[in-house]
Amino acid sequence: MMLIDSVRRFAENELRPMAHDADENRELPAQLVEKGWQLGIVQASIPEQYGGFGERSAVTGVLAAEELAWGDLAAAIAIMTPGLYVLPILLGGTEKQKESLISTAIGSNWKPFVSAIIEPQFDFSPLKMQTTAIRTDQGYTLQGKKVMVPFAEKAESFLVFANLDETLQAFVISPENKGLKIGEREALLGIQALPTFELSLNAVSVPFEARIGGEDGFDAQNIISASNVAIAALGVGLSRAAYEFALDYAKEREAFGGPIAQKQSIAFMLAEMATEIEAIRLMVWEAAWMLDNSKDAFQAAYLALTGASDMAMMVTDRAVQILGGHGYIRDYPVERWMRNGRGIPNFLGMAIV
Amino acid sequence: MINFETPNSIKDMVTMVQSVAENMMRPVSRYYDDQEHEVPWDYINFMHNALKQMEGVGGPNDSSGEAPKIQYQRLAVMIEILSWGDTGLYLSTPVGLLGAAAVRATGTDEQKKRFLSRILADKPVIDAMAMTEAHAGSEMPAQTRTTAVLDGDEWVLNGEKIFVTGGHKALVDTDGFVVVWATIDPSAGRAGVRPFVVEAGTPGCKVTKLEKKLGIRASDTASIVFQDCRIPFDNILGNPEIKQKTTKGFKGAMATFDASRPFVAASALGIARAALEFLKDKLAEENIEIRYGLSRALLTNMESEIIDMEVMLRSAWLLTLKSVWMMDEGIANTTEASMAKIRAGDVVVKITQKTLELLGPLGYSKEHLPEKWFRDAKINDLYEGTGQINRLIVARRILGYSRHELS
Repeated sequence: MMLIDSVRRFAENELRPMAHDADENRELPAQLVEKGWQLGIVQASIPEQYGGFGERSAVTGVLAAEELAWGDLAAAIAIMTPGLYVLPILLGGTEKQKESLISTAIGSNWKPFVSAIIEPQFDFSPLKMQTTAIRTDQGYTLQGKKVMVPFAEKAESFLVFANLDETLQAFVISPENKGLKIGEREALLGIQALPTFELSLNAVSVPFEARIGGEDGFDAQNIISASNVAIAALGVGLSRAAYEFALDYAKEREAFGGPIAQKQSIAFMLAEMATEIEAIRLMVWEAAWMLDNSKDAFQAAYLALTGASDMAMMVTDRAVQILGGHGYIRDYPVERWMRNGRGIPNFLGMAIV
Repeated sequence: MINFETPNSIKDMVTMVQSVAENMMRPVSRYYDDQEHEVPWDYINFMHNALKQMEGVGGPNDSSGEAPKIQYQRLAVMIEILSWGDTGLYLSTPVGLLGAAAVRATGTDEQKKRFLSRILADKPVIDAMAMTEAHAGSEMPAQTRTTAVLDGDEWVLNGEKIFVTGGHKALVDTDGFVVVWATIDPSAGRAGVRPFVVEAGTPGCKVTKLEKKLGIRASDTASIVFQDCRIPFDNILGNPEIKQKTTKGFKGAMATFDASRPFVAASALGIARAALEFLKDKLAEENIEIRYGLSRALLTNMESEIIDMEVMLRSAWLLTLKSVWMMDEGIANTTEASMAKIRAGDVVVKITQKTLELLGPLGYSKEHLPEKWFRDAKINDLYEGTGQINRLIVARRILGYSRHELS
């Protein structure tokens, strides 16, 4: 819990103050990501033998993710990016892969080891990926297109998720691999400070040992669940930020002779926002707890993200509404939270705990 | 720290209570809905014996007023399941309901022992609480007009209470009791309000009306008139500070609500679960599978609705569990109790409404129970504080406002 306290302080003192400019300038201060990395959120979930200093705990992960996202969602995803590379390896990799791949990705400095999961279809679902992997004599050949791949331009290594014989599998791919093409930096509705890219895979060949879990591969369900709860936790954090801001504003802003918070129309909105956040947070915690206790968390994690998606939109929309016209102005953070909040259901595959 | 494991003491109870709900409640659910105001003696007697064997809901020494105290989480789980069976019948369970909650929240140890010990005595008793009056609902108990005047060593009660859940069963059908909120000083507003225990058979206390309702028909909702109704001096709950104008009585009423709202939430969610399970069972009979894990863009409308209802149900249940967990831990739970009540009230109404819509003609027919659950559901958004009153409570808490600053 000391970890969570330091993450909370970092979010308050470091992330919040820079979030506006980072979004406007479409750039995160490099020092900031480094500083966030030093908190050790990802490292704390990796055992010592693989270069970390802890044990994987989805509960700790969701608590940290909520605090980071309360500070800033783009920075939260950036700081957690290497985690999405190493955790699937930790959870599904062979012993050899764990030993050779994890420690290099989680050294003393933050490094862009990234995962490519999301695809440019309206009906994208991790269970129905269009990117395919085909087994050949030499290994596997991958074909497809990924989007919202963070830091792809500078990536030191990619973990690409693809459909192999109707199962979801992951492959380690070097940025030098021929057939890999990194597109222009994407322009998104939100998380604008996070550099994301399209990644095309055109007959990308990898050796057998590139497949996580080796010959048998891995069970991707837990990975998907862990991403569901991570994104849901990010949604809780940004919703809490918007709710708290709207609450403070409503107590300050006066209309018709008193603070607008003294009007039931505003006060009831805030009460419902608080209730919504508390309820969904408990779903996120329960799903994370199930993951940590080897229970089948697939449905709980999916429901948590479903709930968090609606919560994020409900809460951020109301925060904008409570600020009225000011809510629409970019000097205030609530419009940014609303843009970021709309992404919560789409960000499945951008973080993991 | 964070732990969602169900305690073993609760797991052991679940199977038994579920069996009661399935075998003792569901088969007669329709009958008692049709025969409004008929007393479900089979159920009451069965539950009385079962609870005696369990030594009450809190385990051993439950009714002594001493440790170990009632286990609120266990009670919430039990109520959710009983309400899944039938909410009207659950409200007729001789287990210690609202009257007992008021005694627990406001009574002295001696009073707890005196009144709560009856629950496990030879014959079943129902308890009730009388707060609402014809002129005021959500404004109670501050607007109390029923008076209590000290005369010698007796209190004399005069006034009329309405909407007393189980009032007839408490005063007429069984030798139970009603906790009556009355004022000892009508000029003092809420500071004059105190809880009094009126026992069945007390002269001057009469059930004058039974309401005909939308739902929960197996549970009577009574009007009670007090006319020079004399009760012993020490039936005033708590240490009597009758000379002073304190808000202790009012606070006791609020404490009772803190303690009762999570259980209204639990009861609401039992109905919601019943409805959702019925819908899913019907779909399963038609071999319609609900696919989890897909984006909404890929779901059928039916799947999407069901998944959304599952989110509502689970999140509301976890809020409810949190609010009772806080009670067990002795943590003040006013905000959480109201949050649970708000959400459960919303959720049960939405889920039952939606279930009927999705079931089409099956949902509308009295051949099946969902239309009954649709009618039963709505009470949960009304009694023990409407959804709006609970929003007011949460809003005041999160904003740090008094009742003067936000009303």
